[in-house]
Amino acid sequence: MRDVAVIGVGLTKFGELWDVSFRQLMAEAGARAIEDAGIDGKQIDAMYVGNMSSGQFIRQEHISSIVADHAGLVPIPSTRVEGACASGGLALRQAVIAVASGIHDIVVAGGIEKMTDVLTGQATGALATAADQEWEVFVGATFPGLYALMARRHMYEFGTTEEQMAMVAVKNHHNACFNTCAQYKTEITVEDVLKSPPVTSPIKLLDCSPITDGAACVILAPAEKARKFTDTPIMVAGTGQASDTISLHGRSSFTSLRATIEAARTAYKRAGVKPDDIDLVEVHDCFTIAEIMAIEDLGFCRKGEGGKVTEQGETAIGGRIPVNTSGGLKGKGHPVGATGIAQAVEIVQQLRGEAGKRQSDGAEVGLTHNVGGSGGTAVVHVLRRGD
Amino acid sequence: MAVPRFWREIPNRYNLVGARCGNCNKVLFPPRYICPYCRRMGKLEPYRLKRRGKVLTYTVVHAAANGFEDQAPYVLAIVELEDGPRLTAQVTDCNTDEIKIGDKVEIVFRRMGEEGQDGVIYYGFKARRV
Repeated sequence: MRDVAVIGVGLTKFGELWDVSFRQLMAEAGARAIEDAGIDGKQIDAMYVGNMSSGQFIRQEHISSIVADHAGLVPIPSTRVEGACASGGLALRQAVIAVASGIHDIVVAGGIEKMTDVLTGQATGALATAADQEWEVFVGATFPGLYALMARRHMYEFGTTEEQMAMVAVKNHHNACFNTCAQYKTEITVEDVLKSPPVTSPIKLLDCSPITDGAACVILAPAEKARKFTDTPIMVAGTGQASDTISLHGRSSFTSLRATIEAARTAYKRAGVKPDDIDLVEVHDCFTIAEIMAIEDLGFCRKGEGGKVTEQGETAIGGRIPVNTSGGLKGKGHPVGATGIAQAVEIVQQLRGEAGKRQSDGAEVGLTHNVGGSGGTAVVHVLRRGD
Repeated sequence: MAVPRFWREIPNRYNLVGARCGNCNKVLFPPRYICPYCRRMGKLEPYRLKRRGKVLTYTVVHAAANGFEDQAPYVLAIVELEDGPRLTAQVTDCNTDEIKIGDKVEIVFRRMGEEGQDGVIYYGFKARRV
């Protein structure tokens, strides 16, 4: 297998982008990444696009063709990859595998979701299809509801508090203020979160990531050729993916995502690193409890202490292990299919030292963690400076 | 939902018919077609589960799922049944502030929803504190 490097990244603005279409979003992110890589479109061999549900959000399937078409890249092979909210991370992994295998050299991994062309109820209904339709949604489960079931059990087992969960949202909104692409560049307080409308106890509105339009793109090359394109190649040191039951009730634990633990184990092993070696992470904070569970499952603190380390500021920029410097899904926004790629864009920018006011000083190794559904899919990547 | 999609699940949803593996004796619900423990060595047979269990976790849903708006706020829980399997169910016939982890419940037959004015009525299970 060949080593793989990221040679270019691109991100659109994240938000409610009523004036921008699906096609335009993907073309924008792609053009930025190609410009960043300093390559010509003709050099691209293949593309993988993460997208959860264009069928439900814009009534359009077969977006692999649309994306290649509107990028002006036909006839290269183009493949859509789907794993609910982990679609982007899975697309990145497929692109990494394609380059590592030697089948392709320059490969694009894109991610996109256009979510605001439907009403909110339709959007949340579409997101709920990431859960078990027959045995969860049929009985009245919502997607936030499943994470609320995890949160309630986490509070019961470990004493995690609603204030600690709120602190995740406060931190991520703060980080988003320094990210020009972020949906919410507004500071919030713990009290704002606690007083926001109840969605599904103990989750309140400001514990939830938003509905977002956006696209993201990274360009990969074999490591041995990467220096031809960039002085700051970022190596994909490890990739890991795992599955779990579609239903939350099918699992032995509700306070830990086994898919995260397994995917991280594989990615750490391939990269030859331990959690202590990681300088910063982008985790899947679709709800605030998800960030708390993620930092535990990824090994950055002991099980049950995710709330406490958040409260102690260890996950802030400048803390022991900065988490979601981009603003995360909560502050930056969560266009579901784009999220896994956008996480990689953030880590690449941080490792290059290009993150501006949200820069984590001296970062050399970073990690991305992308989850599908209530944890039926998880994908983890370890990225490292190439010098 | 297409009528056959609901109709084919009726034994499972009305009567809690799951499966038991004749090889490892584990009880499975919702039903499966391959035993996840024994895989091809498994011998799955229909098994009607006992209706008693306890609440492992719960939430009070304020922003209802589509089709459940008229029931909000409602309690949703994961229940561990005496036979071992766990399922997600609404907890019915209780105030939303009464429920707690560890509550004993029984699974009861309830109307779940309907397909407009002229379509099928969905029935299924909810949990009730005992």
